[in-house]
Amino acid sequence: MNAHSGVEIIAAPDDGIAPGDKLMEVKNVSLRFGGVKAITDISFDVRKGEIRAIIGPNGAGKTSMLNVINGFYTPQEGTIVFRGVERRAMKPHHAVRQGIARTFQNVALFKGMSTLDNIMAGRSVHMNKNLFWQMLWHGPALREEIEHREKVEEIIDFLEIQHIRRTPVGRLPYGLQKRVELGRALAMEPSLLLLDEPMAGMNLEEKEDMSRFIVEVNQQRGTTIALIEHDMGVVMDLSDRVVVLDYGKKIADGVPDEVKSNQQVIDAYLGVAH
Amino acid sequence: MTLDTFPKYLLANAERIGARPAMRHKDYGIWQSWTWAEQRDEVRSFALGLRALGLKHGERIAIIGSNRPRLYWAQTAAQSLGAVPVPVYADAVAEELAYVLNHAEVRFAVVQDQEQVDKIRSFAKDIPLLTNIIFDEARGLRDYDRQGLYGFADIQARGNALIAADRTIAQRWEDEVKAASGEDISVMLYTSGTTGRSKGVMLMAKAAVRAASDTVAFDGLNENDGMLAYLPLAWVGDHYMNYAQGYVSGFCTNCPESAETVAQDLREIGPTYYFAPPRVFENLLTSVTIRMDDASWIKRKIFDHFIGVARKHGEAILEGRPVPLTGRLAYALGDLLVYGPLKNVLGLSNIRVSYTAGEAIGEELFSFFRSLGINLKQLYGQTEAFLYVTCQKNGAVRSDAVGPPAPNVDIKISDAGEVLFRSPGMFSGYFKQDEKTAEVLTDDGYVRTGDAGFIEADGQLRIIDRAKDVGKLRSGELFAPKYIENVLKFYPNIKEAVAFGDGRDFVGVFLNIDLQAVGNWAERNNIAYASYQELAGHPDVYKMMAKHVDETNRRLADEPIMAGMQVKRFLVLHKELDADDGELTRTLKVRRSFVAERYQPLIEALYDGSAEKTVETEVTYEDGRKGRIRATVKVEDAKVYPAVKADAREAAA
Repeated sequence: MNAHSGVEIIAAPDDGIAPGDKLMEVKNVSLRFGGVKAITDISFDVRKGEIRAIIGPNGAGKTSMLNVINGFYTPQEGTIVFRGVERRAMKPHHAVRQGIARTFQNVALFKGMSTLDNIMAGRSVHMNKNLFWQMLWHGPALREEIEHREKVEEIIDFLEIQHIRRTPVGRLPYGLQKRVELGRALAMEPSLLLLDEPMAGMNLEEKEDMSRFIVEVNQQRGTTIALIEHDMGVVMDLSDRVVVLDYGKKIADGVPDEVKSNQQVIDAYLGVAH
Repeated sequence: MTLDTFPKYLLANAERIGARPAMRHKDYGIWQSWTWAEQRDEVRSFALGLRALGLKHGERIAIIGSNRPRLYWAQTAAQSLGAVPVPVYADAVAEELAYVLNHAEVRFAVVQDQEQVDKIRSFAKDIPLLTNIIFDEARGLRDYDRQGLYGFADIQARGNALIAADRTIAQRWEDEVKAASGEDISVMLYTSGTTGRSKGVMLMAKAAVRAASDTVAFDGLNENDGMLAYLPLAWVGDHYMNYAQGYVSGFCTNCPESAETVAQDLREIGPTYYFAPPRVFENLLTSVTIRMDDASWIKRKIFDHFIGVARKHGEAILEGRPVPLTGRLAYALGDLLVYGPLKNVLGLSNIRVSYTAGEAIGEELFSFFRSLGINLKQLYGQTEAFLYVTCQKNGAVRSDAVGPPAPNVDIKISDAGEVLFRSPGMFSGYFKQDEKTAEVLTDDGYVRTGDAGFIEADGQLRIIDRAKDVGKLRSGELFAPKYIENVLKFYPNIKEAVAFGDGRDFVGVFLNIDLQAVGNWAERNNIAYASYQELAGHPDVYKMMAKHVDETNRRLADEPIMAGMQVKRFLVLHKELDADDGELTRTLKVRRSFVAERYQPLIEALYDGSAEKTVETEVTYEDGRKGRIRATVKVEDAKVYPAVKADAREAAA
């Protein structure tokens, strides 16, 4: 009697910010490694409910920017305002608690664990029974586990990976691993989802699948997404607004059509004769 | 109340076995289940909702999607209102789909998901009558124009609201179901279209119920049985077994989680009643063989030894024939070590009755599964008969024949060698095609099957080929292409074969390699290849194929009437025959004439003696785009054996 089919899946948590308002703001951030300036005085914002892309040629500082946002790097200058709270230094696990989840350019899954367990790991941030109960795996901890398993099953259904539920992820093809990684990030029910080159190394069909999932995550769950991507075509189709970096500096910011026709962007991507 | 419609059975089952499971579906990793009483309520609220939306008695309603409880319920709901469900192949491309929907004149369609909605909407102008689409899964449909688009649950909610407003409505619905006539059309099934456009086969309710009851009694099916519903809804076999027999016997129909999880789901459910076309058994055996090849030598030894024991005694034990005590002991040990675990892995542990049909099945393959203790039998049938024409009795099973007539079915062979039948489940005609109906009916009320065959001494029917495909070589000898192709296809390395020879000097064949089996063999033998095309043209693959063709010729030489059809020349096709290119039907049968036309230059090469030929072929990719592939295909000669002296086997083709 309890068919779930057609039921809308978990929505992004309510964080008191209305759709379209600023969810996150990067203010004058600079990041240096010794003498190397990875990011120079960059400012932009991410509005709730949008798909925001950060693009740029190799070495433009895209991944560094993502690492700053989720607290892996601490910028020397500038601040980040997330859900109205300003901060500069933060540990990655604090970022997770605040509702930022991410995937990695090179898949970072637990290779020996099954798809199910990997996604379940993403739920750990929401598990609050103490170690004692979890070790007993009884009573409240068991109830909690069942509750979380239901959420995980919704994600498995959503990403159409039922057939690999029990397969160790190390044995899966790359495209599917990427999908599992997205699943793990979704399991955290983030208010901001960071995707680092979600389509790198994929064939056309896998790219099409992944694009569809990204759009659906955004539309059905209302999750705000910031993504880095190399593939210009994909970016322009997917995103609402695009920020372009080149040599650590912001050279353009706007809707895809504006960015596409921006001369600086064309030069950065195609190169200019000096 | 005479039980002569399926909605009547729904009410009766809800009374008789209301607490037994009627339907299960694996969703969100859990087997959700519905009892017969719950199923009645689900069907009732949907039916009332449909009526409120305007579905009327006598109208047709399309059902498109994979095996889902809601799509099965939609069929019963429609029938309860006197409307006719028309299940359509879910993997049909939009154009085929539009043809059927238009021909069936449907105003309503119940579909599984966005994919089907898209297909219908892309051909909306060709199907002007179809104005109401009801979907099961909402995913991806959020921003669609809601005009004429409804969720399944919303329609049920409408029905429930009506019931809540007026209590007597539910009772009145039941009364109408009980008063309905068995003379109404129960379902319309479109044929798969092996030859030309598909036709809508109309089946009358009481005939369908009668056919299902006969075979339920034949195999002793009851409410304790269970089956996995994984074959297309639109195919007569699925409608017959999971729908008709399910209602009549009250067994539980289990819907898999997705097409990719069927093997796992089968294992979890452990059905007692099972159907699979020979292709599926072939794939099972191939995967077992491949996995055993990768096992350690000791496991391989044990496996080989006990499979040997099973081959020797297994079928005799299954059929209750005398077996020496040592044989029984060895078999019992084998069951403990090999057969039991193997059946468990395949999900076949609990099988009481299982059938295969649709194509000929190889003797080796057939007896492999039987020797493991699986009661696998053959049946022969077609949509026009509501499946069953013949079926084998427990204990009287053979691989080269399809059994004696099913209960209450009459069979005879026409002068031309065509199989004719008359049965209780017989169709009432093709929809809007009276001239076609007249073509297949004989004056004395038999249906022409279009298959050539003869009846063996033990009363079992043996099918040779499609009647219209049976031809003659220039020498006047019999040419039955299907027969040759089947012998070839029994080799796991050969996926498909197409034989030519009618009106020609000798038989030539096209072969398709089986990528899984040959790819695995190549890996094992350090043969590098970059594509299907390269592997198919590899000299070592040709050698392998030549060996198979040689063995085939030997076998053909053994049978006097077949000896003339030995293969003289063959080639390995550079691409896999594909339904998307129109080379196969949706039920994966070869469209012979289409293939002949498409590969005309290659046929010429078979007969003009050339050693190779360069061809260019158009292919359709999964997303519908077209491309071209070029290849040079080699043609090889095969040795032909003299016919074995006829010790006169009965020939009647």
